[in-house]
Parts: sequence; structure tokens; C-alpha cells
Amino acid sequence: MSARENILARIRGQTGKSGATSEGELAAVHAHIARHLRGPLPSFAMHDPQEHFVKECGRLSTTLTEVADLADVPREVARYIAAQSLQPRCVGWQEFSTLDWQSAGIQFDNRATKPDDMIGLTGCFCAIGETGTLLLLGASARPKTTALLPETHICIVKKSRIVPTMEDAFALMRNEIGEPPRATFFVSGPSRTADIEQTIVIGAHGPYRVHVILVP
Amino acid sequence: MQVQSMHFKQTASTKLNDAVLQKALKKSKSKFVDGRALGVAEVDNWEDIRTYAAALRDRVIDNLDAYLIEFERNAIRRGAQVHWAETAEEANAIVLGIAQKNAVKTITKSKSMVTEEIALNGTLIGAGIRVMETDLGEYILQLADEAPSHIVAPAVHKSKEQVAELFMNAHHKPRLTDIPSMTREAREQLRSHFLGADMGISGANFIVAETGTTLTVTNEGNADLVTTLPRIHCVVTGIEKVIPTMEDFATLIRLLPRSAIGQSIVNYLTLTTGVKAPDESDGPEQMHIVLVDAGRTKLVGSDMKDMLRCIRCGACMNHCPVYQNVGGHAYGWVYPGPMGSVLTPTYVGIENAGDLPNAATFCGECQVVCPVKIPLPDLMRKWRERQFDMKLRPFGERAAISLWGFFVQRPRLYALATRIGARVASMMGGEQKLIHSLPGIDGWTQGRDMPAPAGETFRELYAAKSAAKQVAR
Repeated sequence: MSARENILARIRGQTGKSGATSEGELAAVHAHIARHLRGPLPSFAMHDPQEHFVKECGRLSTTLTEVADLADVPREVARYIAAQSLQPRCVGWQEFSTLDWQSAGIQFDNRATKPDDMIGLTGCFCAIGETGTLLLLGASARPKTTALLPETHICIVKKSRIVPTMEDAFALMRNEIGEPPRATFFVSGPSRTADIEQTIVIGAHGPYRVHVILVP
Repeated sequence: MQVQSMHFKQTASTKLNDAVLQKALKKSKSKFVDGRALGVAEVDNWEDIRTYAAALRDRVIDNLDAYLIEFERNAIRRGAQVHWAETAEEANAIVLGIAQKNAVKTITKSKSMVTEEIALNGTLIGAGIRVMETDLGEYILQLADEAPSHIVAPAVHKSKEQVAELFMNAHHKPRLTDIPSMTREAREQLRSHFLGADMGISGANFIVAETGTTLTVTNEGNADLVTTLPRIHCVVTGIEKVIPTMEDFATLIRLLPRSAIGQSIVNYLTLTTGVKAPDESDGPEQMHIVLVDAGRTKLVGSDMKDMLRCIRCGACMNHCPVYQNVGGHAYGWVYPGPMGSVLTPTYVGIENAGDLPNAATFCGECQVVCPVKIPLPDLMRKWRERQFDMKLRPFGERAAISLWGFFVQRPRLYALATRIGARVASMMGGEQKLIHSLPGIDGWTQGRDMPAPAGETFRELYAAKSAAKQVAR
């Protein structure tokens, strides 16, 4: 017998069930999963998601600005880059390559992220008000490394895509995409560690800065 | 990992006199305990969420075979290869086999307690593969050649001076003095390893039956790099980690970081499902999932099955007065604190676990803070009973308990014996009403005096008071 059979048989034996796992038992599991039951929510999860998102971003050290139109994003990125004294160059997702980066004085590259890229620009599938979290779904035109390798991650968030809870984010994903893609990635602020003397340091292996630009 | 739990008493004594450790424990205690209290206080229905989470974990554990089969089916459908390991040795052989088959020379790892359990690094390094731990705490310990002393904060016992020393020697750079510089230096050192590794090994906080997804929770972002950059991703995890749906994860993630350190959410929730598409620029070409038993099935369906609900937050140890004073290494195996005192005897044998079930004051705080309501004191008590029955405790202790058992089952005899005992102890206390030395348990009186009882037992006082009341009426 294989390890798999032995382990499953031991589980059956220990729970007093005989024979192999039956079709009926598997059907019961399917039926339970299909209900997608939601657990109890804390009352703050029911607050206005956009308002709560802004507040939670502050707690996570995510900086945040709002622009009136998607076309204003390059100008806002230029302002942010200047304020941080960074080089006006970023690597970003394909969907933003048509924005007018040139007149904002920024070199925008749509390609796979290289280790020495300093700024990565992405969108997000949706954002979560309860915790100030960004949900990024990886795809060929939306590589995860853009949000991960550079020291600065700039994320464009549509205000209408801020949902109250993680449960809502998963429901949205199920409706629009179906199953989670290979790289499903929740980001809540810049990377951090407290592994030396429990002292929080911002900037571990991921970005040092996360900057959200809210667009309509 | 080599089991050293039988030396708990000796090691604990040493740890109590370790000044660096004591300072570290004091500091971390306030961060963990106060942090959790603040984090939990934000959630107005904390108890409801705990109850729901405990029930959802129970549902899976009671139908573990079906949920594992469902997880496996979906993981395979999404392109992962699923392996099953009954023992630590089998798990190590599977991972080594994957590495050798793919000519892997370098591996990056994100923190995984299961790989500590099975001592995977030793196997891989022994076969000539370079293995780099990338969680900052685990990296520090790899340099120090030490085991983690905490399941969430593995290097909690190290001072920044000790870390500075390790980094100076390993990185061949000037000694650093501040923690942000040390963190940056570790980041720079590890970057090239991340980028060059052939294989990434991660653990999993949960695996999701619905989608075949494995899920990792980190603040540093290292699990993301480990699961994204190398061409092979290998997950090593325990069979009890399966949960039905993404919604269940949403519930559990409300509990986990708050219980661990009081954070409302961790920085990165990393969900990985299958392998990269041909046109994707990042992601692994192969994904392997090793489902490890190594003792877990012994708990299924047993009187200790509640332990399988554990989500590895570390709150029980953070709040344990014994852990707070001796630290994690004293426990002598991978899992310290109350959860370790239940798991270690199960996984390595009660005969090797020595004093662990007794390394508790039974104050009950571990059960109070457990996000999935594991009755840890009850489970430790079960191990105590088993140790007694198996005659694994010292003769004197067993004789004393048997004697006590004899009296306690005979109420009149018990009343007489305690009457005599209370009077004798009262006389022993003398004028100062303090007993300086107790025959048979002189260890207890070595560092303190025992206050002498007044001379009458509770029952006598109770009877006298009742009688007085009757007279007054």
C-alpha cells in the first residue's frame, strides 16, 4: 500500500469509519464547499469600505492619494517620485502603458521586472476596506514580481473596487474570474519584520514603500 | 530535530540564569501579550469568531480523509504534484528526490515548522545542496546553527548584539549597531539567493480543499519570493492544515495575526495554486505539495483530537508563565509552550517527552487566548494521567499520588488525616508561622519558606461557622 492509502486508511480507522472514503462522503464535502458559508464579521467590517480603507492604509504605513481621473496618474506618480527623491523610471503592468508618461517626464517600461528596478507600478483586482488590503491577481500581463521586487510599489486602485471584506473579494473573484489564478496575492502595506528584538522595521524582503493612487 | 525534551528541568534551570535570554523574554512578553490584547479588543465579536473557527476546524478534522482527497484532486487539476509522507524520513526522501531529479543545487526556504519537525535542511545539505533560510529570524538561526525558540518569532531569544556579531562574521562587513541597518544588510545578502535559487521550499499555514491552493502568511515578503522566483516550488505541510473554502480562510485570518502579535492583518497573504502559464514571466514550472503525517493521524479521532485545530499562532506560549520564564529551547523540540507540551509527546513519544506535560502551572491562560479554543490544560492533564499509568514518573511522585488517591476516596479518613496534618504543620511553623524545610519536597523550600497553616482545616472552620449561625438563629 502506498503512503497515501496508509494515511487515509489510518484516518478512517481512527474516526471509526470502514472501507474507503465513499462517494456520498465526497458529495457531502462538495455540497458543504459549494455553500461558501461566511463566518461572523466584526462590526467595523460593515463600515463604509472606502472610508475604512483609507484609515487602515494609514495604520499599515501605506501612503495614499486620490486623483480625479486615470489620466492624472502619471502626474501624481511624478510628484510622488520627486517627493521621495527617486529616479523618474518605473516598470509597470501593460494596462497602464497607454497613459501619457512622457509628458510627466517618466520613463515607463512594460516588461518583466529586473532586480535593479526601483519602482513597480501595478493595478489591483480589488481592495479590502476592513484591513486596507490590496488583492493582486497574477497573469501574463500582470506579473506579481512588479509588486514585489522593487523597493517602491505604486498601486492604482479604482474606488469602486474597494469591497468591505475579504469574503467579498473572494466572491468577486469567483464571479469575474472563477478560480484563483496561480499567484493570488494580498498586500497590506510595505514589507516589515520584527525578528530582531521584536522591533518593527519597515522594509524586509518586499517593498519599503507602498503608495496607493485612488482613481474613480 | 533531535529531541531533548527529557532534559527539560536541567535546561530550564540554565535558561533561568541566562541574562540575555531573560532580557529578551521580558521584552517579547510585553509585545506579544499587550499587542494581542489591543488587537483582540478591536473585534467586538471575538468570541463568536472563535466559536465559528473552532467548529470549522472540527468539521475538517472529523472528515479529514474526504477533505484531503478533495484538496489533492483540485491541486492536481491545477497542475501541482501531490506527494504523501507517513514519516519524517519519507518526507525528506520525497523532497530530496524532487531536488535531485531536477538537478537542484540551491534552495531558498521560507519559514516552515514542519520542515523543522522533519529536519529537512540536514537531509538536503547532507546531499550537497545549498539551503538558505530567508525569514530574517530563521536566517539568523541558520548562521548561529541553532533551532527556533518560538514558532512565530524564531530568533526571539537573540539580542541585537548577538545578531550583529553573527552578521559581521558571516557577511565580512563592519559590525552594525542598529536594527534597521541589520535588516537591510540581510535583505541585500539574501537577494542574490532569492534570484539564483533553483527551488523554493515553503510551508503552508492552510491548504484550501475547494481550489487546491496552498496559503502562506508572512510580514517580510520572503514567502512570495520563494514561491515565485525559482523554477520549482515545493510545499511541505501537515495533513491537518486543510480548510474547506476561501471564506474559511477569511475567518481564520481575522484570528491568526491578532492572536500572534495583535496585527489586524499580516503584510502578505500568499496564495499559490498550480504552475505558471507558458506566457507568464514569473512563477514556477513545477509545483510539488508534500502532505506529511508524522504522527498527526494518531490524534485524529482520539481524545486529543482538539489539538489538530491548532493554527500555530503562538498565543499559548506567549501567555504561559512557564514559557515566559524559560523560553522555547528548554522544551527540547520544535514546538514550545503548552501546544508543544501536547504535541511533542504525541509526535516523538511520551517516553521521550519527560516533564513537558508538567511544565505548566495550569493557570488556564493558554486556553483562554487560544483562537480555536483548544482545551490545552485538559490535554496536558491527559498526558499526565498517561505518564502516571505507564509508570513514567519517578517512584516517589507516583507513591505520593497513590497515597493521596487512597485518602481522597475515603472522606472520613481524609478528614482525619488533614486534621492531623494541619496541626502538625502548624506546630512546625513555630512562632514565626513559617516552615523552613519540608521533608520529601525540600526543593520547594530551598528558595522560600512555606507559610504554616492556622491549625484547623477548612472543613472544621466551615462546621464551626455553620454551628455559630444555627445558635444565632
